[in-house]
Amino acid sequence: MQCPKCRGAMRTYERNGVHIDQCDGCRGIFLDYGELETLTRMESQWAQQHHTAPPPPPPPMPHGAPGWGAPHHGHYGHHRQRSWVGMLFST
Amino acid sequence: MSESEALIGELRDLATRYGAAPAEVLPTRPDVTVVRAGAVVVKAHSPGTARAPLERRIRAAAHPALREIMLQPVTGEILVAGDRLVTVWPAGTPVDPRSPQAAPWEEAARLLARLHAVPSRALPPLPPAGGPARVATTVARLDPGSPAGILVRRTLACLPPPADGPGSLTHGDWHMGQMVRLRGEWLLIDVDDLGTGDPAWDLARPAAWFAAGLLEPEVWHRFLAAYRAEGGHAAGTGDPWPRLDLPAQALTVQLTAAAVAKAEHEGRPPDEVERVLLDTCRRIVRFRDACHSVPTQ
Repeated sequence: MQCPKCRGAMRTYERNGVHIDQCDGCRGIFLDYGELETLTRMESQWAQQHHTAPPPPPPPMPHGAPGWGAPHHGHYGHHRQRSWVGMLFST
Repeated sequence: MSESEALIGELRDLATRYGAAPAEVLPTRPDVTVVRAGAVVVKAHSPGTARAPLERRIRAAAHPALREIMLQPVTGEILVAGDRLVTVWPAGTPVDPRSPQAAPWEEAARLLARLHAVPSRALPPLPPAGGPARVATTVARLDPGSPAGILVRRTLACLPPPADGPGSLTHGDWHMGQMVRLRGEWLLIDVDDLGTGDPAWDLARPAAWFAAGLLEPEVWHRFLAAYRAEGGHAAGTGDPWPRLDLPAQALTVQLTAAAVAKAEHEGRPPDEVERVLLDTCRRIVRFRDACHSVPTQ
């Protein structure tokens, strides 16, 4: 196969199931259909083994409550508590 | 005679002149003094209140477009007592803090919805609404070295700055103490923070109380439903949280800062309600951190 860029001869390598054609002249690399995706997949597998995965995004909340809201039930027993009533009525 | 006694003496004289009745001092927040005489109250605004923005806000409150939404002043004139600006208002009946269960949530929601629907061009030009600026000033009053102070500052630092926008008419400091009943109708009071802004900030206090787990979901949903039924647009349609998240988180920071400052001032550890707010701050930090560390693809 001839290099599409410099017309040099291309040599085929196989690395972990991926065919890579590399030009002897300009060192350019040609990937067949699907091979870039295979490389990306392998890279992300490698990254997952070598780094702790990022924390998952906050789960979507049921309609009507924010993701940072109180987890289960609230604290609604405080209606006689001075600080709650004070807050309800003050700047 | 102390400075505050002198101020109260002058306010009593003014109130008696307008109200033609014996004057009494009404309970309010510490930076404001309100004296009632018969059918009027006189209010000495917070020290350092600038005259020009207050004049614009008083003119807006007196405008026919806000009739039946906001309390209209007795006079558009701004008086002076000592170094304080003073305004004169009809005396209404506030929400009774002794029965918070009877608080008029739906009436509040409808008044806010109608306020937000008033086109800005219907009124004389107004300064920016007061909400966002108050968060930082409240946090600045906290002891920066205390564990609660560190948490509150960290939570504030997580929040993106509020987006600038054209905005609409906004009360700027709404809570249950900002309504009175006059001749059978509820009205919004307090023009000090009235202006152009993101009206979602007017829903941010109840949203923050609901998110913290302090306000019953049933009350919150009644409030929001009444707001939307009256045409209120500040929470969008459908899920309200895309519009409310940031203002409600900012208000949580403000409420926590005010509550912690009060506990510090009284020399006691945070009570249960104050701890609930501190827990909410912790959740906001976790939520914002998780959002930031999601990889973008």
